[in-house]
Amino acid sequence: MSQTPPKIRIRDLHKAFGPKVVLDGLDLDVGVAESVVVIGGSGTGKSVLIKSILGLLKPDRGSIQVDGEEVTGMKPGDREAVNRKVGMLFQGAALFDSLPAWENVTFGLLAQKRVTRAQARDIAVAKLAQVGLEAEVADLYPAELSGGMQKRVALARAIAADPEIIFFDEPTTGLDPIMADVINDLIVKITREVGATALSITHDMASARKIANRIAMLYDGKIIWAGPTAGIDASGNPFVDQFIHGRAEGPIKMAVRK
Amino acid sequence: MRLLQLIGRVVLTFLGTTGRLALFAGAGFSHCVRPPFYPRIIVRQMVDIGYYSLPVVGLTAIFAGMVMALQTYTGTSRFSAESAVANIVVLALTRELGPVLAGLMVAGRIGASLAAEIGTMRVTEQIDALTTLSTNPMKYLVAPRLIAGVVMFPVLVLIADIIGVFGGYVVAVYKLGFNASIYIQNTYNFVQAEDVISGLVKAAVFGVIVTLMGCYHGYHSKGGAQGVGTATTNAVVSACILILAFDYILTEMFFGT
Repeated sequence: MSQTPPKIRIRDLHKAFGPKVVLDGLDLDVGVAESVVVIGGSGTGKSVLIKSILGLLKPDRGSIQVDGEEVTGMKPGDREAVNRKVGMLFQGAALFDSLPAWENVTFGLLAQKRVTRAQARDIAVAKLAQVGLEAEVADLYPAELSGGMQKRVALARAIAADPEIIFFDEPTTGLDPIMADVINDLIVKITREVGATALSITHDMASARKIANRIAMLYDGKIIWAGPTAGIDASGNPFVDQFIHGRAEGPIKMAVRK
Repeated sequence: MRLLQLIGRVVLTFLGTTGRLALFAGAGFSHCVRPPFYPRIIVRQMVDIGYYSLPVVGLTAIFAGMVMALQTYTGTSRFSAESAVANIVVLALTRELGPVLAGLMVAGRIGASLAAEIGTMRVTEQIDALTTLSTNPMKYLVAPRLIAGVVMFPVLVLIADIIGVFGGYVVAVYKLGFNASIYIQNTYNFVQAEDVISGLVKAAVFGVIVTLMGCYHGYHSKGGAQGVGTATTNAVVSACILILAFDYILTEMFFGT
């Protein structure tokens, strides 16, 4: 892996909202077909990181390369070409509620005119089967689905265009522990099946341990620790220890009034 | 000093909003003429904005026409110029009441629903999702609605004109005892193409205002349910005020000396 250039390479990324500095010189590499999970507390800028890579937010300075190509400050047309390689699972599923599940799943394919509407339905049913959903779900609207089913439809949508990179934004948030594990299993299975590179953000350690090859901890706008999943319990980093054991006491100070 | 600060802040906010709105409108219109187009969505929006607004616009127009006939009769009968009722009704409706009342009613209906729909899509990350699925949200969400607004508003106003004139006719003939054929003859002789066309041009402009305000406020809403609520209110209020302001500006342009 060290020979091939990383799929995503982030250097010295800065982003501030007004006076509030969110990312402060972040460096991160994600190798080809690797699954990296970024952990960190709420409001530490995990979502900002992913949205910057996707171009939904404009970083103040720093470099983001996807496949060796600089994506910050890209023209919209080139940006779209990069985003074509990318799938994203949003925290709240973000399904289009005016469209039935099958049209949600194949939305990207239809938008790129890679399939006709007639073919799209069959593809959608196949993708839904991949995430363990029956064919009947295809005709339901997002409002008629449970939270776990919405997440799975959203997962099917994220992988529908066979992306090279998949982003997972808090994939297990708002799900019960069993459904969370089902989603984790699906993420592992599917990223392996399509051979995709995965970058996830979460604060759910059970999920992080399950889906990550490598874990990176985001604190104070920087990656303060990164290493293989197996090594996280012996990181020797007091910040990481505090986070993975979920202790209120430690070097990380939450902004709560005592 | 406080006062100066306040004035400065208000002026800056106003200029900032105007600038953002202009950029938004520019981007929206440029996507109207650049492919890919979304005919299915355009048609659906046209049905939503046009067809489903017919009852509210029709009712508004018929009562406006009826009350116009009644009021002008009261006014004109004082100096025995009752024959002018037909003329005044048709002129008022085609030039002013048709476009403005229809515009205001549809602003409430469509402006609010656009802002709520797009605002909800914004706060639930559906707009971000569009971008990641290689779809430009301006092109997919905003452009079809602008097109539907520009096309359907004049159609609605034309229908409102006809229904309004009919309302005036009903009151004039059945309540005020006008001769039916003479009333129609008066209406027909007096109305000019210019009156109707100026009204339809106004309608097209109002169509842009209503859809643009709905989309703009929805697109920039933030902060969950409350943000969407604020966006909806702002969309309707700003659309209504702009309609009245542009009504004056356009009237000045058409008929001012």
